Amino acid sequence: MTNEELIQALGRIDANATVTAGKQYIEATVAANDFHAFMQKIKDDKSLLFDFLICVTGVDYPEYLQMVYHLESTSLKHMLVVKVNTAGRENAAIDSVADLWPTSEFHEREAYDLLGIHFNNHPDLRRLFLDDEWGHPLRKDYKDDVHIVSR
Amino acid sequence: MDELKEIMITTDEIKADEYLINMGPQHPSTHGVLRLLVKLEGEIVHNLQPHVGYIHSGIEKMAESLSYPQIGHLTDRMDYLSAQQNNEAVSLCIENALQVEVPDRVKYIRTIMSELSRLASHQLWWCVMGMDMGALTTFFYGLRDREDILDIFENTCGARLTLNYNIPGGLMFDIYPNFQRDVKAFITKFKTKLPEYDRLLSGNVIFTERTKGVGYLSKEDAIAFGVTGPTGRASGFACDLRKHQPYSAYDKVSFNEVLSDVGDTYARYQVRMQEMWESISIIEQLIDNIPEGDYAEKMKGVIKLPEGEYYQRVETARGEFGVFIVSDGKKNPYRVKFRSPGFSNLFTINHIAKGWKIADLVAIMSTFDLVIPDIDR
Repeated sequence: MTNEELIQALGRIDANATVTAGKQYIEATVAANDFHAFMQKIKDDKSLLFDFLICVTGVDYPEYLQMVYHLESTSLKHMLVVKVNTAGRENAAIDSVADLWPTSEFHEREAYDLLGIHFNNHPDLRRLFLDDEWGHPLRKDYKDDVHIVSR
Repeated sequence: MDELKEIMITTDEIKADEYLINMGPQHPSTHGVLRLLVKLEGEIVHNLQPHVGYIHSGIEKMAESLSYPQIGHLTDRMDYLSAQQNNEAVSLCIENALQVEVPDRVKYIRTIMSELSRLASHQLWWCVMGMDMGALTTFFYGLRDREDILDIFENTCGARLTLNYNIPGGLMFDIYPNFQRDVKAFITKFKTKLPEYDRLLSGNVIFTERTKGVGYLSKEDAIAFGVTGPTGRASGFACDLRKHQPYSAYDKVSFNEVLSDVGDTYARYQVRMQEMWESISIIEQLIDNIPEGDYAEKMKGVIKLPEGEYYQRVETARGEFGVFIVSDGKKNPYRVKFRSPGFSNLFTINHIAKGWKIADLVAIMSTFDLVIPDIDR
């Protein structure tokens, strides 16, 4: 499938999604409310079949937190980057996709641990690496006078 | 006990004849500081929860305050057996972002070094796999042959594990004058040693009884859990990035992607054994053809990536390693994420080991070839 066809196919699935050709991959930005339905469709759609979730990343921006999902189709060999933004930085929540790709259960736990993003309907949302008393160190406003030396 | 109960998923109760034990964080077969909380009935594993983070070192946070060439050095400390490939991933990511084309000489040397690194990693995996099964001889065989590769590394760049040999734009130094001679001598020697490995372990009745049919992982589950590398390929998941998205000089060599559709512990063992032969073949195709030229492209003193997001995937000895850089145009990255193969591979273990005996769990973990700093980062 060429990039144009992929963009068109994604447009058919969710008319509200912003689909652009990025520097490397096709990027789709989805609203948080439509996110789970969108992911379900791109996994099941016969012309897309994104069955392999490669990488899940949380990014802290000044106004919101963002989750970035790198996906590949093992049968059709195309790739896609899906981005979803939270409403704000406090009480940030996004639907979990652990029911679609089991691997995301642990990637989401990592994002919850390090960025404090809450995942709705997650089967086991506990911190992964750090103790309960820690803050969320990958946030830009995280302060630690002991372990971080600022120059 | 109550504290442990809370940690387990509370959906299934602990019955009267079940008990919880900790395997690790200090256990010889976890190969590092990994704790598995195992729910057992007699010897049978009913449930299993990996607990990670004992050596979490915050590399992603550190990377945000470092310059781009400095980030490469941190990646050695993650999967220390695939240091070369991790360095390469960061270098490739930065080169692609800046649209720098490295000389062919660099591509060839990187590929040879990556394959040597893969061989060294698989040798170490083989020798500790034997040791986990109670065969101590393998440990001496494996380490003896791995020493030759580490000597080549030491002569090339001064380090044996944390190589730091790749920098954005090329290599830190050129290869030393006798590099080709030493590599060829090693290959000739190792080709006679590798059949010994097979004679010692592959056909051993005790070994095959403990591995054949044990710990089955289907192709669908491998894809769903994101299991890559030899572990995924043993289940039939064609995920070799060297073949499907070639980088460096992998498009100039011919080799087979080793696949198996059996998916058990023995298949994972066999895939790695076959991969060693493929690595030897790749090195043989390249070693006499290293082109003349510079060993590094001239880069700016301070590297700044254009604003945007960059992702680079490489195949390490354990599977797919990914570097995701978000740049805001400054000399430090805005966010760096490392997609480590061990992280995704580890968390299938509950799915695979359920219903098997605790001794089988050791065998299954061995063929996952876990490196704990790679998981914890």
